[in-house]
Amino acid sequence: MGILEVKNVGKRFGGLQALGDVNLSVTENTVHAIIGPNGAGKSTLLNCLVGKLIPDTGSVMFDGQSVLGRKPYEINQMGISRVFQTPEIFGDLSVMENMMIPCFAKRDGSFRPNAFMDMFKDREIVERAEQMLEEMNMADARNDNAATMSRGNKRRLEIGMCLAQEPRLLLLDEPTAGMARADTNNTIDLLKQIKEERDITISIIEHDMHVVFSLAERITVLAQGTPLVEDTPDNIKGHPKVREAYLGETQDAA
Amino acid sequence: MLGLEAKDFRLLILVAILTMAAPFLLNPFPEGSGLAQFNAGYPDLMQRFVIFGIFAIGFNILFGLTGYLSFGHAAFLGVGSYAAIWMMKLLTMNVIPAIIVSVIVAGIFSLAVGWISLRRSGIYFSILTLAFAQMSYSLAYSVLTPITGGETGLQPKVNDPRILDGALTEGGTPKANLFGLEMGSSIEWGVGNWLFTFNAGYYVAAIVMLAAFYLSIRIFRSPFGMMLRAVKSNQQRLNYTGLNAKPYTLAAFVISGMYAGLAGGLMVAMDTQVGAERMFWTASGEVVLMSILGGVGTLIGPVLGAGAIKYMENILSKINSDILHTWFAFLPDGLEDFVVTLIYPFIGKGWHLTLGLIFMAVVIFLPGGLVEGGQRIARLFGRKKKSTDTPDGKTTPAE
Repeated sequence: MGILEVKNVGKRFGGLQALGDVNLSVTENTVHAIIGPNGAGKSTLLNCLVGKLIPDTGSVMFDGQSVLGRKPYEINQMGISRVFQTPEIFGDLSVMENMMIPCFAKRDGSFRPNAFMDMFKDREIVERAEQMLEEMNMADARNDNAATMSRGNKRRLEIGMCLAQEPRLLLLDEPTAGMARADTNNTIDLLKQIKEERDITISIIEHDMHVVFSLAERITVLAQGTPLVEDTPDNIKGHPKVREAYLGETQDAA
Repeated sequence: MLGLEAKDFRLLILVAILTMAAPFLLNPFPEGSGLAQFNAGYPDLMQRFVIFGIFAIGFNILFGLTGYLSFGHAAFLGVGSYAAIWMMKLLTMNVIPAIIVSVIVAGIFSLAVGWISLRRSGIYFSILTLAFAQMSYSLAYSVLTPITGGETGLQPKVNDPRILDGALTEGGTPKANLFGLEMGSSIEWGVGNWLFTFNAGYYVAAIVMLAAFYLSIRIFRSPFGMMLRAVKSNQQRLNYTGLNAKPYTLAAFVISGMYAGLAGGLMVAMDTQVGAERMFWTASGEVVLMSILGGVGTLIGPVLGAGAIKYMENILSKINSDILHTWFAFLPDGLEDFVVTLIYPFIGKGWHLTLGLIFMAVVIFLPGGLVEGGQRIARLFGRKKKSTDTPDGKTTPAE
């Protein structure tokens, strides 16, 4: 029984069957990649996991509880954090404030109107946020405006914000999309480090095969809304059906 | 001090000194001199400065922090006013129950309006609030006449019940008071040619405004305030960080509605009458202008904006062509007429034109409002100290 169990999930947009009949089981404390050509339904699947979309059929269980029908913030409070394709951070706020928000969310829940306390006098939160900035190597940027950072640093901050909540499952949606090679490698190193240091399950959607094969322990290949195969990276590399559907063309291109 | 950072505490003290000394500061010109008409230190106007300051401070908690632009806040001001006047009719002419009840009633009303309006964001939210405010205005003007007095509005009458007050003597007028201290009473102090007026009502309103300002600083610096700024910055990230934006925005909406109700209650405490026009959409628009003119999302900006607009409304609009002619009497006749004709559209009833031009100039050249203007001037004079919220005190009259 995996920490995330997706069973018979289907989703239709008008005449388009985005997801056919998806079954997926993510084992706890592994890195599970979901790959597939454009339009395979990867993002739709991810959106079904975090509450942005509600599937037409099937069930999504996280740690024995159904996530269906719950709001994104509720699913997040259950222990699923999501990193977006374009880094989503609080651009108008300082880096430190960005890091404090998930710390508050972790400790105080989805709503707590503590309007009369100076937030920087909350030692517990400040120390936790400082520690997370330290871990992300961003302590120097503490007072910078988050919007002014480079894309790589925004990504790093976003991942740090997700980790500050100590999620059990971290979902990454093409975390290296649009990044330069150096930034991509930094992100890979960061994710490897996270995987080694924490008890965390990581599920990653990615186009870049270099990223996928550097990180993943299990890979699910999605094509036309249905899983084609699920196996270890080594077996996926040599799988004829996968080559045919996906890898053949991208590897040549890469 | 008072749980504030040193910088915020200095700002609070500065504002406190300016408000307390306002009767002096706003009356810089001696009586009878040509410039005396620029004096703003008379009770009626000073009261308006602080009351609209409260209104704008509250509006800024919603608009400045969460970015939700309400076009219906005058409705809460009006509801607060009606609640206050009914307290004066039924309970007592003491202003305390009137003010407290105005805040509570406006809070409940804004909870209902916010609950519905906050289902949408952006322009749809603005339109919903505008619709609610205009509905409230129309209802107050017509259907609800038994409660609101319709076109004529409401005033306390001699024969109102007022169960806590003793019966008034025949022919007496009910006067708003604070445990016997009448709001309209003033002490005048003549120094040389200067005449300073210290009005009880102004000081009551000013102290309430200082409390409201202090509260808004606390909210700005709190985790709650940070969440509100996070709502404005990136609601998607907020949702995916396990935070529910709805109760945060609703709380901000209700708090700003209560500030508006407080302002409405104080208006009644100062001038015991209320009419439906107080809820008209132009009144809602005015507080938007105040916030933007002063500096959205800054602590002191809205107060400055309120002061600037009320100053222009009351001072600029009183200048007429006769006054212009006396000013430019030194010019040759033809030129005098020409200059007066040129300036005339911008004064008197045309003060809105001046306001509009200033507003456009501020939005285009100083997106941060008068506060940004103050910062630029401060930087110009080489003060290296970085301050985000300090007023420079030059661009506008103090509140």
